[in-house]
Amino acid sequence: MLANFGFGALIITFLVAFYGIGAAIYGGVKNSARWVESARLAMLLTFPLITLTAVSIIILLVTRQYQVQYVYNVTSDTMPLYLKITALWGGQAGSLIFWSWLMSAFATAVTLRRWDRDREFLPWVIVVSLITLAFFVGMSIFIENPFERFWMSASGREMVAMFQPAGATPLLPSDGRGLNPLLRHPGMVIHPPMLYLGFVSFVIPFAFAIAALITGRTDDRWIRITRRWTLVAWIFLSLGLVLGSRWAYDVLGWGGYWGWDPVEIAAFLPWLSGTAFLHSVMIQEKRGMFKRWNMVLVIVTYALVIFGTFLTRSGVLSSVHAFAQSAIGPLFFGFIGITFIVSLALLLHRWKDLTSAGQLNSMLSREALFLLNNLLFMLILLVCLWGLIFPIVSELFTGQKVTFGPPWYERITGPLFAALLLLMGVAPLSAWGHSTVKTLGRAMWKPAIVSVAVLAVALASGVRSVGALIGFWLVGFVIAITLYDYGRAIWARHKRSHEPLPVAFWNLVGRNRRRYGGYIIHLGIVLMALGIIGIEMFQTETQGTLKTGESLSLSGYTVTFRSLAEWNNPDGRNIARAVVDVSKDGRYLGQLAPRRDFYFDAQQSMTIPGVRSTMDDDLYLLLVDWEEFNSNQATLKLFHNPLINWLWVGSFVLILGMLVAAWPDQEPEAAVQRAVQKANGRATAD
Amino acid sequence: MDNAAIERPASGSRTKFIVGGLLIVAAVVYLVISSTQASAQYFMTINELQAKGASVGDRELRLSGAVLGDTIQYDSQNLRLTFTIADIPADNAEIEAQGGLAAVLHAAVQDPTRAKLVVVYDGVMPDLLKNEAQAIVTGKIGADGKFYAKELLLKCPTKYEEAVPEQAGK
Repeated sequence: MLANFGFGALIITFLVAFYGIGAAIYGGVKNSARWVESARLAMLLTFPLITLTAVSIIILLVTRQYQVQYVYNVTSDTMPLYLKITALWGGQAGSLIFWSWLMSAFATAVTLRRWDRDREFLPWVIVVSLITLAFFVGMSIFIENPFERFWMSASGREMVAMFQPAGATPLLPSDGRGLNPLLRHPGMVIHPPMLYLGFVSFVIPFAFAIAALITGRTDDRWIRITRRWTLVAWIFLSLGLVLGSRWAYDVLGWGGYWGWDPVEIAAFLPWLSGTAFLHSVMIQEKRGMFKRWNMVLVIVTYALVIFGTFLTRSGVLSSVHAFAQSAIGPLFFGFIGITFIVSLALLLHRWKDLTSAGQLNSMLSREALFLLNNLLFMLILLVCLWGLIFPIVSELFTGQKVTFGPPWYERITGPLFAALLLLMGVAPLSAWGHSTVKTLGRAMWKPAIVSVAVLAVALASGVRSVGALIGFWLVGFVIAITLYDYGRAIWARHKRSHEPLPVAFWNLVGRNRRRYGGYIIHLGIVLMALGIIGIEMFQTETQGTLKTGESLSLSGYTVTFRSLAEWNNPDGRNIARAVVDVSKDGRYLGQLAPRRDFYFDAQQSMTIPGVRSTMDDDLYLLLVDWEEFNSNQATLKLFHNPLINWLWVGSFVLILGMLVAAWPDQEPEAAVQRAVQKANGRATAD
Repeated sequence: MDNAAIERPASGSRTKFIVGGLLIVAAVVYLVISSTQASAQYFMTINELQAKGASVGDRELRLSGAVLGDTIQYDSQNLRLTFTIADIPADNAEIEAQGGLAAVLHAAVQDPTRAKLVVVYDGVMPDLLKNEAQAIVTGKIGADGKFYAKELLLKCPTKYEEAVPEQAGK
């Protein structure tokens, strides 16, 4: 019953979305405020409707209605309640509904903003949002229906259908198959929502860009309205990626965090174009340049978001053959193709209106460095995209399918990422319009000296790898410059206004939160880079089979095997757990307990590492093998991952920076703008 | 715009930007080409591999096959894993035509006439390695005809793609 109810709500959503699209187009073209208002109300209605659908699924999941195929596939009796709820995004059908739900929530939030100055955008923002929503809802209704149920036909055949086939009786499995154990992890509980939030919120800037193209209001208004959305989208996407890495690190048991897998790359692509967009919009705001480019970037990001959703939708792990295995593949590509072509056609239509107001005239000016930043991001994007599609391309032209492993990506993108780090240090000190080597040198010789000191320390402590030295130097350089820039501005303010230093700091950041929040985000990225350099360049490993009392050593750590126990847990697992003593340079540090859980419902095991984390390094232990009925012996694998925790610390700094940069202004932005406009007779901000 | 007043015409610098940009692009293209030669992995089926014989030489290969459960051996002293995989089609359309990945894997394991390959992998025994799993291995073929994998990915479709529950209808 509940399944029918949820499905009904979904169909009504679909119809309402179509009505909204029609009403908004009619209202937009005929300039009829009544029709636009009607479309707006339709938009607002989609959220409660999809909420009904999503809540229906959650109730089905929690109440163990295994007649529903989706419930059967992703839950089982032994799963705890929170996992049953989050199983909403544990499979493909549910995660599409979840996507639509978030999409509708965001579109609703946008619809509720004050539109008085931007009335002409409204119908077209509604059109773009609702078309996107209708596509996903349609996918759920016609192809990936989460409400399909099991039936037994009169002739005794089992089948799956939404509605009761004639003569069939419901089929009730006694227990579900349970969520893939690999997905039963806190990181997996929040990783998909974060990623999806990032994906979904990028639809909003795209909707405004298209509205700007359709209405011909191609100044930077659309950018100013959506810049917070863009930043928030970017942060969610970043956190989604970090949480995914953390999950891989905790669960996949290979001591790594990122494997250049197609699914990972698919989620990374919109992040790359989104990061480029985030930077290049600032140039349009400040200098009126790159207008066409920004449109291209937001269109590309939207296409990549849809593409990424398609590739990542189900959380399939070994995604080597993940292309187009279900019927939704061609539809997704069709949708991406059509929206992409229509968007580009609109852009060409307005090409002449989007002329640049400024000109690049200095290689080292801020805008030139931003351009370089964009070039680097887009090159990384193209390289990743090329690696992703190369198997298909090579098969098409040579008949031989060729793929690339992680070394291919690392070799090519490594120097590009290093160049981006360097830019991150230099760009904030360069001036808009015109900079020279001399002005730049004067601005940054002090932090440069500090960074050379970092280099010397690295050399003195025995680092010899050129790549690592460059990496450490860059990290030191960017941190020194960022802190120096902060310090200088705080000192100047303190001198000028005689505020105490903390107050000067507070006011400085408060006055230009976007800039100083952005620098905090840069700091976060640099800290993450430090973690990545650590694990990529200095990871060591060893392995061995130990009897009780025997030890393994790695990078100063000594691991001594103490005992092993194996038992059946009441929650449907068989657990094998080893206990080891850990000491470093002769000093006892404590015990670790790596284990292997075997899930009976899923008939699958899961390796859970024992990890000792400090800011210096992680000692990461895996229980690889043991003999049944013999608890005196176990095979262990050890990883030493230096600096890895800075990767996670950096992500917290990112959140802090985002909060600073995107915190709502005390006075509504519109009011400030109006006042400024009145005073100056022209639009300025920041 | 703020700085419009101090804007100066810059006819000559345009070329500077284009040349600079092209240099960077050229460097990346060079990196792509050289890395492609160094680290491309050739996708093959076991049939194709055995048809080509020694001509594959020292190339890095990527193969996919169905794991034969009985052949899995793990030497936990040396962490050396050995198992045999049977040929399955690489083409998705073909797999779908034969009834999906689960059916293809099942058929491959049952069929004694399939081309087979012994895989050797040094490392941790993966959780998903079991009978009728799909193994995707990357590595090189050794002089002894065994495949020395440096990377091992596994996929168990049976559990997740089955449409109708086995225990249903009780």
